[in-house]
Amino acid sequence: MQGNDDMNQMKTADAAVPEEARGLDIHAHADVSNYETTGDPLLDNPKMSARNVNVYYGEKHAIMDVSLDIGGNEVIAMIGPSGCGKSTFLRCLNRMNDTIPICRVKGDIQLDGEDIYHSRQDTVLLRARVGMVFQKPNPFPKSIYENVAYGPRIHGLAHNKIEMDEIVENSLRRASLWEEVKDVLDKPGTGLSGGQQQRLCIARAIAVSPEVILMDEPCSALDPIATARIEELIDELKERFTIAIVTHSMQQAARVSQRTAYFHLGKLIEVGQTKQIFTNPQHELTENYITGRFG
Amino acid sequence: MQTSTVILVLFALCCVSFAVGRFRSRAVGQQAGGIHLLHSLPHHYGYLSAMIAALPALLVLLVWMLLEGRFIEGRVIAGLPADVQALSESRLGLYYNQIIAYAAGGIDASTLSEPQLAAAEQYNALKSESGWLKLALVVVVAVTGSLLVLGRIKPDLRARNHVENIWTWMLFGCSFIAVLTTLGIVLSVLFEAVRFFRLIPATDFLFGLQWSPQIAIRADQVGASGSFGFIPLLVGTLLISFVAMLIAVPVGLMSAIYLSEYASKQFRAITKPILEILAGVPTVVYGFFAALTVAPFIRELGESLGLTVASESALAAGLVMGIMIIPFVMSLSDDIINAVPDSMREASLGLGATMNETIRKVLIPAALPGIVGGILLAVSRAIGETMIVVMAAGLSAKLTVNPLEAVTTITVQIVTLLVGDQEFDSPKTLAAFALGLVLFFVTLLLNVVALYVVRRYREQYE
Amino acid sequence: MSNETYKNTALIQASLKKRYAREKRFQWMGRFAVFLGFLFLFILLFDIVGKGLPAFTQQYLLIDLDLSADALDVAPDADAEALSRANYAGVIKSSLRDMFPEVKSRSDKRMLYRLVSVGAEYELRDRVMADPALVGTRQSLWLLAHSEAASYLKGQVDPNSPEAERRVKDAQITWLDQLHADERTKSGFNTQFFTAGDSREPELAGIRVALYGSFLTLAVTFLLAFPIGVCAAVYLEEFAPTNRLTDLIEININNLAAVPSIVFGLLGLAVFINFFEFPRSAPLVGGIVLALMTLPTIIITSRAAIQSVSPSIREAALGVGASKLQAVFHHVLPVAMPGILTGSIIGMAQALGETAPLLMIGMVAFIMDAPAGVTDPATVLPVQVFLWADSPERGFTEKTSAAIMVLMGFLIMMNALAIYLRKRFELK
Repeated sequence: MQGNDDMNQMKTADAAVPEEARGLDIHAHADVSNYETTGDPLLDNPKMSARNVNVYYGEKHAIMDVSLDIGGNEVIAMIGPSGCGKSTFLRCLNRMNDTIPICRVKGDIQLDGEDIYHSRQDTVLLRARVGMVFQKPNPFPKSIYENVAYGPRIHGLAHNKIEMDEIVENSLRRASLWEEVKDVLDKPGTGLSGGQQQRLCIARAIAVSPEVILMDEPCSALDPIATARIEELIDELKERFTIAIVTHSMQQAARVSQRTAYFHLGKLIEVGQTKQIFTNPQHELTENYITGRFG
Repeated sequence: MQTSTVILVLFALCCVSFAVGRFRSRAVGQQAGGIHLLHSLPHHYGYLSAMIAALPALLVLLVWMLLEGRFIEGRVIAGLPADVQALSESRLGLYYNQIIAYAAGGIDASTLSEPQLAAAEQYNALKSESGWLKLALVVVVAVTGSLLVLGRIKPDLRARNHVENIWTWMLFGCSFIAVLTTLGIVLSVLFEAVRFFRLIPATDFLFGLQWSPQIAIRADQVGASGSFGFIPLLVGTLLISFVAMLIAVPVGLMSAIYLSEYASKQFRAITKPILEILAGVPTVVYGFFAALTVAPFIRELGESLGLTVASESALAAGLVMGIMIIPFVMSLSDDIINAVPDSMREASLGLGATMNETIRKVLIPAALPGIVGGILLAVSRAIGETMIVVMAAGLSAKLTVNPLEAVTTITVQIVTLLVGDQEFDSPKTLAAFALGLVLFFVTLLLNVVALYVVRRYREQYE
Repeated sequence: MSNETYKNTALIQASLKKRYAREKRFQWMGRFAVFLGFLFLFILLFDIVGKGLPAFTQQYLLIDLDLSADALDVAPDADAEALSRANYAGVIKSSLRDMFPEVKSRSDKRMLYRLVSVGAEYELRDRVMADPALVGTRQSLWLLAHSEAASYLKGQVDPNSPEAERRVKDAQITWLDQLHADERTKSGFNTQFFTAGDSREPELAGIRVALYGSFLTLAVTFLLAFPIGVCAAVYLEEFAPTNRLTDLIEININNLAAVPSIVFGLLGLAVFINFFEFPRSAPLVGGIVLALMTLPTIIITSRAAIQSVSPSIREAALGVGASKLQAVFHHVLPVAMPGILTGSIIGMAQALGETAPLLMIGMVAFIMDAPAGVTDPATVLPVQVFLWADSPERGFTEKTSAAIMVLMGFLIMMNALAIYLRKRFELK
């Protein structure tokens, strides 16, 4: 398989490097464009699958030939140093990159076997199915209720006020925010604390009942206690949703995910079970990152 | 003695003062044991003596020039025959103006009476006397100032610090002109408006429904007819502004939205500057366009539809004013929509909203306070706009909200009341200042509120 | 379709058609708004250029003139003094009568005389005085046509329209057609438009005096507003302490920027003309008023330019022992200058196009001679436009448009200069 070839290649490459420089010399890995992915990025019966994805920002080649599957009801974490392309890859999965004029995406990404970059694919429906939570909590300057009701309302998911109330309440409950806000639903969402705002954004995303939720460093703007609550929430949410989370924090990846993918300079370097990645990384770059030699 | 000559003399004195100051400081320095012992460089001593020579002298000159006219007028009038002096203030003013005009060589001697000719001679004599006195005074003040500095040049005189202090005060003076301007505006309109309200009760002005200042020329009718009612002007102004906003707000706002959210970068780079040409067109050009092209077009269009449209319809003036304001609304809304953080767009698009849903349901509600502030600024512009309405709106004050009829505005009335020869004390002229007062405060209020709203809005997203 | 795994597919897809239609409509509305803006601009420019272009040509008629001493009503050996008072109008009139002997009635004759501009007699006088040998000869000379005749020759009058609706009457059209057939009409570039002052006759009116007045007024404005504006900006950016007074100054500047221009005119009238008794209609007062009006623009842009200068330059200068004032004037200002100039040029362009405050201070007089100084009565280009726009003669409509074209030409040049400066500044 692809993974084994890769391992062999890496071993020969390692042999050429002097022993004492191994693991320290980041410059030896300045050009990773020919590296192949270590570990098996493919799954049987995936929810989403990406094959040979390349992303360009104008002239810049931001993602190089990435193939990765995301399984149903799993939490997959994407880690890597800043600028490694993990967020860019995440944004390809619900075509949020479309909003950037200079961004071009090549390759094949499927959701339930259907090409999401097909010209007949509808971004509205796609984004309803693949929701997104962003780095900074970004509630609309509207009431808490209206924030959650926004998605169902534009998509016409509720036929009357009772249905809408139900959707809002369920979403807020699932985002474990209901108890805190049930009496202040008409207060502006921007008045909540940072952690509450982020949970409101999660509630807003799940209000349209997506199948996949993409989370782009959802805790990077939050304090540790708020972060812990979001991590608990992610654990609960995986019962119903597939979650792809980009994170800067390795501990977070280790805590919440089943599988972990390590990106470096636009390449997917290694992917595997989270336990294995953190205890026994196969690739030198992964190991260096996990052991904190750079990041 | 021309003022320019006095200023030239003063300038020459300053140059001399500078040269002497520099020379003397060098000499003083050398005497003390070397130029390096001086606190400042020699030219700082030069600048200091030049400044101390010039600034008080300029002040004296300015005060002299301001008082000269009044003083001479008093002296000349005191010399006039008693029956002339007994004339009313405005008649006397007219009489005196003839004297000045003749003295300046403007009018023929044949139109003047004997005492006037004599007075003109006296005027000229006083004028020349005053000129020489002015020169002498300026020279004395300048030389005294210069000598005061020169006498104090010692190594420990901190010339550079003094020069810089004076400079800083002058810089402050320049920025204080803004305050003086506002003060000048307020005082000049307020002062004349108060005189107006002594003749016409303020309630008649503020709540009167009739505006026909022409009747009030004869003194016996002043205030009697209540013809200085300002309501029709206000309604006319608001009507035209409303028509303008009806054009400018949708077109400007939609253009801004299209250019910032939909158009490609290249399209935007070309389109925006072209549309902004509309903002650079002088208002008198819009006035011409409104009066000679748009108004006849609208009238004919109305006629073909069976409507009677006045040839100076509010619609025509408002339409053209709207065109003028489009770029203003456009760039303000553009700024304001761009100030909405991208995370709002992403949140909405990420939920599967289409772009127009994002714009209508997220961006515009989020930007609403800012947009309202921008529109208030635009309204203030429309209310204060003068040339378009002077050229394309009507003169007679009609209390109507029908845009097909001719209405008049505050600014039109200010212009009609003040252009041409007017006696300065007639209520007609003073009314223009009362209107100016209203205009100033209405626009000021709109601007203050708008700027406050916009600033609050911006702070929200910073 | 595998979309069916998603429970909301049907609901969302049902709504899609309507939502996309709305999206399209919304985009078209945006395009339409931009298009409307373009359309307005195009109509405005097209209207003005269309009306103004004919004003740059002038029409001449070739008239056979009898310049005999008799006809001129002077002695054969008349001196310059006598020649200057000779009866040139009479010569032109009789020559016209000779050319069209069939014209008999008085009203017809008057119409005939109206083919030639009243300025023609002065032109003829100048020619004869320059060359007295012409006296006693017969000459065929090109004389300036009257504006009404000219408008017919330019094709602006439809001869088939009812006679009462046009100023050029049927008889005049016949004569002009005849002159045209005899090749006695020609058109030439209208140099007079740039060399003459205002006139009651459209064909004689020019913009030189207004241009000169604009130049003087702007000179006063620039000399006041530029140094004061820059100094104020320097003070507020570099020296002003944070206190109430500074706040007051800043609030005042921001508010003045939005005060209607006509209010500045009231200020000029009340303070400078009535209180300080400065001369009316003079570029001096106009310049002061416009300077006060443009000051906020200049201060605000200059402050932005000074702000954008990197603080390291200040620190470098202060570090070698320069005083704050020296640091600002020697190092910060030169770097900020392109930005300051850009703002000042934009302010000057604003001042050049401004009309309303100048009406208040009486710069609306009919002025034929160029002002010699800043205290002489003058008019400016936009006010000239306003005055001409008010004139009922059709000839003035095209003059107005032509004057607008010149005005806009200047504005475009100033703005282009500002853009050029900004671009060069950005490259650095």
